[in-house]
Amino acid sequence: MRHVALLARLKPDDEEVARLADELSAILAYMGRLDELDTTDVPPTAHAVPMVNVWREDKSSASLGVEVVLANAPQSQNGFFRVPKVL
Amino acid sequence: MTLTETIAAVRAKRCSAVEVVQQSLDAIEKHNERLGAFISVEGERALQRARDIDARIAKGEPVGPLAGAAVAVKDNMCTAFGTTTCASQILSNFRSPYDAAVVERLEAADAVIVGKTNLDEFAMGSSSENSSYCPVRNPWDTTRVPGGSSGGSAVAVAAGLVQGALGSDTGGSIRQPAALTGITGLKPTYGRVSRHGLVAFASSLDQIGPLARNVRDTACLLKVIAGHDPRDSTSVGCAVPDYTALLGADLKGLTIGVAAGDFGKGLNDEVCKAVEAALGVYRDNGARIVEAHLPHMKYAIACYYLIATAEASSNLARYDGVHYGVRADRHEGIVDLYCASRDQGFGQEVKRRIMLGTFALSSGYYDAYYLKALKVRTLLARDFEAAFEQVDVIASPVSPVTAFKLGEKIDDPLAMYLADIHTTSVNLAGIAGLSIPCGFDADGLPIGLQLMAPHFAEERLLAVGHQFQCLTDYHTKHPPQST
Repeated sequence: MRHVALLARLKPDDEEVARLADELSAILAYMGRLDELDTTDVPPTAHAVPMVNVWREDKSSASLGVEVVLANAPQSQNGFFRVPKVL
Repeated sequence: MTLTETIAAVRAKRCSAVEVVQQSLDAIEKHNERLGAFISVEGERALQRARDIDARIAKGEPVGPLAGAAVAVKDNMCTAFGTTTCASQILSNFRSPYDAAVVERLEAADAVIVGKTNLDEFAMGSSSENSSYCPVRNPWDTTRVPGGSSGGSAVAVAAGLVQGALGSDTGGSIRQPAALTGITGLKPTYGRVSRHGLVAFASSLDQIGPLARNVRDTACLLKVIAGHDPRDSTSVGCAVPDYTALLGADLKGLTIGVAAGDFGKGLNDEVCKAVEAALGVYRDNGARIVEAHLPHMKYAIACYYLIATAEASSNLARYDGVHYGVRADRHEGIVDLYCASRDQGFGQEVKRRIMLGTFALSSGYYDAYYLKALKVRTLLARDFEAAFEQVDVIASPVSPVTAFKLGEKIDDPLAMYLADIHTTSVNLAGIAGLSIPCGFDADGLPIGLQLMAPHFAEERLLAVGHQFQCLTDYHTKHPPQST
């Protein structure tokens, strides 16, 4: 659970980890019914409506301005998003 | 008044757009505290737009097809005005720099958006209790849920606060609240309506659609919002029919398929009887009712909740406390900043789904869970393809039960997921699904009939639904204290 939580960038406390473990176990046990089906030769469906390679014209168009985008940032500085020291 | 009646009245100058909008704002003011349908109301802006419409009508200038109608949009659709919160604390301060495509289309048609409706956080839920603001309550009985996740939109229409609303439907989020509040709701075919500006939950399943008092109003809204949009590469270019003009289509020889056997375990008796009676109405009017063979339906919930949560875990990775939304005050370093912000900003159900989806996609489990679900999705889609070779539409209940009590399922996630047993397969197959009122239980709570049609057969679906509403009056009943 702690490994998955870190992958998901979540920070559950001990009590939450215990509760999530119980809940997810019950849900995954229910999901187990899919194993009743033999899907060896069945292709996967990731998209329900048949369409492939939708291209747009290779033309540039206007995008949102830096100020507009940064207006929602929790912290910004000199036209950049501001975060704690990374390195 | 219905949407159609309102538009006609404004156009004929029997009432003004300002009067319609003011009435809507007054009703919201009076009832929203009790119902929790709206997260934000944009009264001044709405009145300004209404004045502009009235001025154009007075001058004899052209107005759009929805001129004068007061409508609402679910708060997971971006608006360049006000906030777009998704009922989440992590977006509580988010102001979108642009409008969603459907918002542009509604306003280009001169509908007046009065506010943004409440929902389960990020559209994850079947009761509209997972809102970080307040739960939405069912106007038929305020101790009960309105269904979800588009509960706010459904209640706004059911209680007469607006004439129409938009919701989004990933696994039943338009159809189930429509059923539980006694109104009409449509999940269009995947790709029929642009998702540009819809905050993503599960991108291969999400679709925007209308909720209204009857099928005619629903058709009217669909016509405005449907169509290709280059900003959503999954939106489809096929022509948009005149849905309202086609409502009276000749349905001679109509064949309705019903899932073989009973409608599944856990189905409430009264719901079962109401749906059977609805099929009787069609039979009496010349439709042929046959069994539809859909052998994989019992796997839909398991398949859906693996795919939807996997996609959600990926889509919600963008909420990081850096680019927009809320950042945790206390954190140690960049990774902890992400974790702490997400931990604070997301509610329980959202975290649960992110965990489940992350697990289903994680190394060592991907094949057993996510890939397996994608394969079962193929089997489900094939079931529908084969069935639609024999029948024109398929009928089922929308929800196995009528509106349940607040708190009844909130601590049992699996029980809540099973509320979607009749609706998720439609999203997995990408087809269209319509929910129309077909009766009431002994407590006076509405019951919904679901009709399903193949990809891009909305005009058929709406005509079949309209026929039912010409023969019955369930859709004309309103909850107590509605306007």
